[in-house]
Amino acid sequence: MSQADSIHTLSLKGIHDGVHTGKFSVMEATDAYLDRIERFNPELNAYITVTRESAQAQAVDIDNRIRKGELTGAMAGVPYSLKDLFCSEGVRTTCASNMLSNFISPYDAHVAAKLKAAGGVLLGKNNMDEFAMGSSNETSAFGNVCNPWDTTKVPGGSSGGGAATIAARLAPMTLGTDTGGSIRQPASFCNITGIKPTYGRISRYGMIAFASSLDQCGPMAPSAEDCAITMNIIAGLDSRDSTSVDLPVPDYTANLNGSLEGLRIGLPKEFFAEGLDAQVGAVIDRAIKEFQAKGAIIKEVTLPNSHLAVPVYYVVAPAECSSNLSRFDGVRFGHRCENPKDLMDLYERSRWEGFGDEVKRRIMIGTYALSAGYYDAYYLKAQQVRRLIKQDFEAAFKDVDVIMGPSCPTTAFGIGAKKDDPIAMYLEDLYTIPVSLAGLPGMTFPIGFAADGLPVGMQLVGNYFEEARMLNIAHQYQQWTDWHTQVPAQFA
Amino acid sequence: MEWETVIGLEIHAQLATNSKIFSGSSTAYGAEPNTQANLVDLGMPGVLPVLNKKAVELAIRLGLAIDAEIAPRSIFARKNYFYPDSPKGYQISQYELPIVGLGHMDIQLENGDTKRIGITRAHLEEDAGKSLHEDFQGQTGIDLNRAGTPLLEIVSEPDMRNAKEAVAYMKKLHALVRYLGVGDGNMQEGSFRCDANVSVRRPGAEFGTRAEIKNLNSFKFIERAINHEVERQIDIIESGGKVVQETRLYDPDKDETRSMRSKEDANDYRYFPDPDLLPVEITPADIEAVRATMPELPDAKKQRFMAEYALTAYDASLLTLSREVADYFEAVAQGCGDAKLAANWVNGEVSKTLADNEMEIAAVPVSSAALIELLKRIQDNTVSNKIARDVFAAMWNGEGSADAIIDKKGLKQITDTSAIEAVIDEIIANNPGQVAEYRSGKDKLFGFFVGQAMRASKGKANPNTLNDILKQKLEG
Repeated sequence: MSQADSIHTLSLKGIHDGVHTGKFSVMEATDAYLDRIERFNPELNAYITVTRESAQAQAVDIDNRIRKGELTGAMAGVPYSLKDLFCSEGVRTTCASNMLSNFISPYDAHVAAKLKAAGGVLLGKNNMDEFAMGSSNETSAFGNVCNPWDTTKVPGGSSGGGAATIAARLAPMTLGTDTGGSIRQPASFCNITGIKPTYGRISRYGMIAFASSLDQCGPMAPSAEDCAITMNIIAGLDSRDSTSVDLPVPDYTANLNGSLEGLRIGLPKEFFAEGLDAQVGAVIDRAIKEFQAKGAIIKEVTLPNSHLAVPVYYVVAPAECSSNLSRFDGVRFGHRCENPKDLMDLYERSRWEGFGDEVKRRIMIGTYALSAGYYDAYYLKAQQVRRLIKQDFEAAFKDVDVIMGPSCPTTAFGIGAKKDDPIAMYLEDLYTIPVSLAGLPGMTFPIGFAADGLPVGMQLVGNYFEEARMLNIAHQYQQWTDWHTQVPAQFA
Repeated sequence: MEWETVIGLEIHAQLATNSKIFSGSSTAYGAEPNTQANLVDLGMPGVLPVLNKKAVELAIRLGLAIDAEIAPRSIFARKNYFYPDSPKGYQISQYELPIVGLGHMDIQLENGDTKRIGITRAHLEEDAGKSLHEDFQGQTGIDLNRAGTPLLEIVSEPDMRNAKEAVAYMKKLHALVRYLGVGDGNMQEGSFRCDANVSVRRPGAEFGTRAEIKNLNSFKFIERAINHEVERQIDIIESGGKVVQETRLYDPDKDETRSMRSKEDANDYRYFPDPDLLPVEITPADIEAVRATMPELPDAKKQRFMAEYALTAYDASLLTLSREVADYFEAVAQGCGDAKLAANWVNGEVSKTLADNEMEIAAVPVSSAALIELLKRIQDNTVSNKIARDVFAAMWNGEGSADAIIDKKGLKQITDTSAIEAVIDEIIANNPGQVAEYRSGKDKLFGFFVGQAMRASKGKANPNTLNDILKQKLEG
């Protein structure tokens, strides 16, 4: 086996060390991934756009700069991909929508610019649910994505393309976004590690907005260590995002090896009640016992309002999206209908043709929820309940250090199984949405496989800005176990 | 039958910031279309607004000047509507929690009374862009230079009872905005615009149904538009009809208002707090910091001018209409040491010439120092007040300093008694008939002799000296 054939088995650190010690060049690493994408993407549909030429041009440049000693950082020479809602300068940025299928972004999102400056190589843009609205990657205007563990199953969503990309090792790291579970749920379905940091930890500038008060970007990769390395580059204050938080950014890799002795883990009883698939529950229980065996203290906690989270979310998120998506009007960029007969026709047809069904559904729900006479009953009430949900977590964190539970009630479901049942689809995010509404950091890491042979992820929720603690816990688990290194046989 | 008019005004004042309210683009007026619109102004996917702190400071300034509550916490909200010059599909404004709460302003009525007008609120918002219909056949061009320009919308209570009060309120607010440096108040450029809510009712009855008249951008138009609208509403009611709640547009060319949209067609703006912006938190210390930089306000300045310079209320009001005029006056008054003379000149010749030339005081070609020099020549009897006006006109035209012009044109007043006596002797000799009539008791003829003597001396004779000598010689 030649070296190029095994680059994709390396961690971020392994790739970094490889290019910096001269084992292989950035170009070789880049080509290794580009070749894998070419080979496997037709089957998975995980990428919407592959930036082969610019990736190779970047690789040449970065090889040079590494040789000259100009670039030494942890991302220097490391390939990566981006969910296709991060604006990337000169690259088509579609949000998986016909509305933006022709949109070449004139600028880089904050995080895209950070990775570029750090010497990463952008391989391409990952498929996703249209405008990040969906839990199965089936709402994409560019076709659904297949789960590498079983290509008849969905990869989850909305960052489904990114999750499939990592699971099949078509990139060593990708950035996803999570509004109600869009990093954590697909990470669970695809056996990868993904973290949604505290709201405000990473700038949203250049992320095409779905629901502004919930959207948060985060890394997805095989391991917690890979996520920590990425967090070191992308986290921190950005003056262009008023909601980004001015708190010092720790070195997320510094405490990965901290002890878990005495760690107090809370299990919300509501997350282990009716609705949780028994085979998923069994895997979760086993992993919890593993933590207990390593000296963690397990406590039951309660989040009494968590059953209200899904309905609250489906008022707040659509309300914000109905407004956020108003800028897609066919006037300045994106899809414009042919021969509009007047202004209203231009708006109506451009939007009708540009948006898919799920996006339209949420725009309509949100428009209704904000309408005169309904605002108090829906939007305002939802915001009040949102505060209660946040208070539940605040109370729980008085007794425990972190919270654990399932990321999703089931393993990956079949393609098409829930497509025509929006409510069933919305309930996929039962366990992830409360965390999003509270603005807390949440992550998923692989803990094994259910009886159906599909992966199960553990959801780990930390207190505000405790991402370093969470990464430490997941990393420790990944020292005792090798679930996170497992790759479906045909993509090994 | 008697009708009472009820008027409330919504005034949009553009704030004097260098950059836009949520982006770093320049707010300078008159640039090539879309050259002052960056990614944020264009509403590109993924961009986010960042509040310009200067806009907050200016809003606090105005709030303090109208004695209003400054909200310790105010919220930006999105006003959702589709229009091509609204790039995001929503305007960022303030709705439930505006930055400036209840305040008031006193206006001067024509009969000299003072009336207090309540100000409901003032809130920050961004302006929209412009749709250009003229230059593109069958198409509409969009210029987003103006999109995101900071505005303060100042909403009055329905406290005005006729168009003149509305104009007085608008003028006073306009002066205040400029005084404070909150905005430049340039009405031609749209930096100060007004919408009027107008209704009529029987005195003491409930408020009638109102119509909102949009886009009144001059003091003249607002008065005409309101009067026209009041007549229209009275006509409707008196002929048995009902006023409908609607938005009307004033057409200054036809001097009429016409319906834009009815209440039924009105947008549901679906206001909600903008999740991209944090609440604006203002501490008492922030407010005090702004207060410390507040200039003297017009009313206080007027009182001070009356006390310090012994001016009449009328003179003091005129001089304090704008801060620049007041500053100019004070410089002249202090420089020449005669406040009454300075007031007469600033309110007289200076104001009149500015008005004739449609100029603002900022562009006055006769500086305060130059005017002081001229007034000193009046005070030391070098020229009469009348000759000084000619000198002033020449100074305005750039012909030089007061002394240079007096010198060059030989306008120096004749105070030399023998020269004046010679002139008078000649006039008496040439007009024996009139002299006889005067001496026989026709006193009125004195003016004739003054006129003759002035003409003969080309106006340069010192009027007091001339009067004295003339009287003496005629009494003979």
